[in-house]
Amino acid sequence: MSGLNGTHARTLPVWQNRVSMRVLSKGEGPALIFFHGPWGLHWNPFLDSLAQHFTVHAPEHPGTTPGAPDDIHHLDNLWDLILCYDELLEQMGVENAAVVGHSFGAMVACELAAAYPRRAGRLALIDPIGLWRDDAPVTNWMMLNQQEMQSYIFHDPAGAGAQLLFAQPEDETERVTAQVGLTWAMGSTGKFIWPIPDKGLKKRIHRVKAPTLLIWGAEDRIAPPVYAEEFARQITGARIESVKGAGHAPHLEQPATVSDLVREFLR
Amino acid sequence: MKISAFHLMPHRELPADFEKRYPSVWVTPPWWELSDPARVGQYYNWTLDELLFAARAGFDGVCTNEHHQNAYGFMPSPNIMGAVLAKATNDLPVAIVQMGATLPTQNPPIRVAEEYAMLDCISGGRLIAGLPLGSPMDVNLCYGITPMEHRERYREAFALVMKAWQAREIFAWNGKYTQLANVNLWPRPIQQPHPPVWVPGSGSISTFDFAVDNEVCYCFLSYSGAKSAKGMMDGYWNVVTKKGRDANPYRAGFLQLVTVAETDAKAEELYAKHVEYFYHKCLHVPAVWFSPPGNQDYRSLEATARTPMRFAVNPKELRYRDFVEKGYVISGSPATVRQRLQEEVVKGLRVGNLMVLLQIGSMPHELTLQNMDLFAREVLPSLRPVWENEGWVNHWWPEKLRARFESTQAASAR
Repeated sequence: MSGLNGTHARTLPVWQNRVSMRVLSKGEGPALIFFHGPWGLHWNPFLDSLAQHFTVHAPEHPGTTPGAPDDIHHLDNLWDLILCYDELLEQMGVENAAVVGHSFGAMVACELAAAYPRRAGRLALIDPIGLWRDDAPVTNWMMLNQQEMQSYIFHDPAGAGAQLLFAQPEDETERVTAQVGLTWAMGSTGKFIWPIPDKGLKKRIHRVKAPTLLIWGAEDRIAPPVYAEEFARQITGARIESVKGAGHAPHLEQPATVSDLVREFLR
Repeated sequence: MKISAFHLMPHRELPADFEKRYPSVWVTPPWWELSDPARVGQYYNWTLDELLFAARAGFDGVCTNEHHQNAYGFMPSPNIMGAVLAKATNDLPVAIVQMGATLPTQNPPIRVAEEYAMLDCISGGRLIAGLPLGSPMDVNLCYGITPMEHRERYREAFALVMKAWQAREIFAWNGKYTQLANVNLWPRPIQQPHPPVWVPGSGSISTFDFAVDNEVCYCFLSYSGAKSAKGMMDGYWNVVTKKGRDANPYRAGFLQLVTVAETDAKAEELYAKHVEYFYHKCLHVPAVWFSPPGNQDYRSLEATARTPMRFAVNPKELRYRDFVEKGYVISGSPATVRQRLQEEVVKGLRVGNLMVLLQIGSMPHELTLQNMDLFAREVLPSLRPVWENEGWVNHWWPEKLRARFESTQAASAR
């Protein structure tokens, strides 16, 4: 089945067939798994650019797939989610891959790499959440209205990157669908992190064995750049790349820079 | 019909520029800048005195409710207030309406079953057990419950509480959110098989189904009056009909803000600023906090997105006369209030269990008593007989207090 932007979409049942996981794939080359952030999966120039060198597989987090909103009710916690992803990779026949993630998706990537070190060959984390510092609380974007959220996520809230997540379609029906989809995506991912996105990664993170690249938007107001150091301190050998002119979603605001960094690192 | 006095226990003396200076009345208002514990002690005592005044003035019930971290209404434990009211009204035929202890934040939830059973015992079987879902601000933002688990936790807790009251045998509860190996409630309520249950809601479709399936009284706690509630309550009655239940008006409760004075003009003079204080300051909450992502189930979320009517009007742009015109507040002379309450609320929405909010925002103690007194003397007696000739039984009222109307009628006929 063909999906958006020339991607190939397939749906694989996991979790005793209670959860249907849709995966968008594109490109040729070694396998790369991309875990999207709390605002849903949007196929974007960054992923297109990676698809020129890799076979990019981007699963949708349970609940965020159109037509299957209630799948999320079959998962109770982060452990369930990570097991689902292990089952998914098993089904896809992907034993080991480069794993890339953004925000909540980067937390999932990191958890997966900690739970199943053999699954992650190399790990590229874009502004991950999952750790907590009292002196730099992670902003709860779910308490913000859309305008505030845009200004917290993006260095340039009016830029093209912001449009990828928050575009308001002209058509009323499409606008309602987009709005509902965005809210439900935040709710479905938020289920695993509310009210504080520290669910014990600090106890497991030492198990990450993959060479790790931390990419951080220099102006990230959701998870301030101090968290880059926090992750680097806890993952042996991790390297930090700060991206100027970007907030919490550098792969959307500076797609060329970030895809170059990721490609370079994964080569 | 039954008419109860509702109280929020608000901060009555917020600064005039409160809503400009602070982002929200809920969750984040700074205690140290806005409050003084001794003064707040006075608020609590006024609140209790006002509800006791209402009980003595002839109201059928007195209502308290639970909210957290706010200046809008801060009874974090309604059962502490309820205990005082229960003890102090043991000589009166008044129901103790707990609207009530929030289920999803009680751990374990049988705590609510226990405390309500205590209140029922103390009051001699006069408890109405409100089992609210709790507002997203209280439950998700203040008490940390995951929005997507809010309703599911509620439903499990509801089932546990109902079973804990009624089970003859000790039982094990192997729930998703609560696991208890030996549930054996001490005490049990006087009212059998359990106290009447009211479920407050704010118009969520899924709550209609829940209320009807569980044979509880659905209460719409609205601040925007009967006109804007019409569609919502019609939706509820449709579910009642669709599920084959009778149209017993006591299946429905509704909260209405009311202010009464000798004349319409006098009411405006006395109450306008307090009504505006309530809508401008006490409801000063970012809209998104009423529904953090995941709090509404997918079906309700879609329905709301298609018909975004709830936040269509910004109350900050309205003044007293707008609130009265729209029916957010029913205000005026006893004749005006009687007529509007009966037509718009009681008959218009088919409500058998009416709650009235008579202490509103900054309204001082003396004026509150005045409002209550006038309501009790001039409005309440004419509302009471509204549903009587249709012969419905109020299954959602303590049995020993159901006959109050008949007995007062018989007494006056003698």
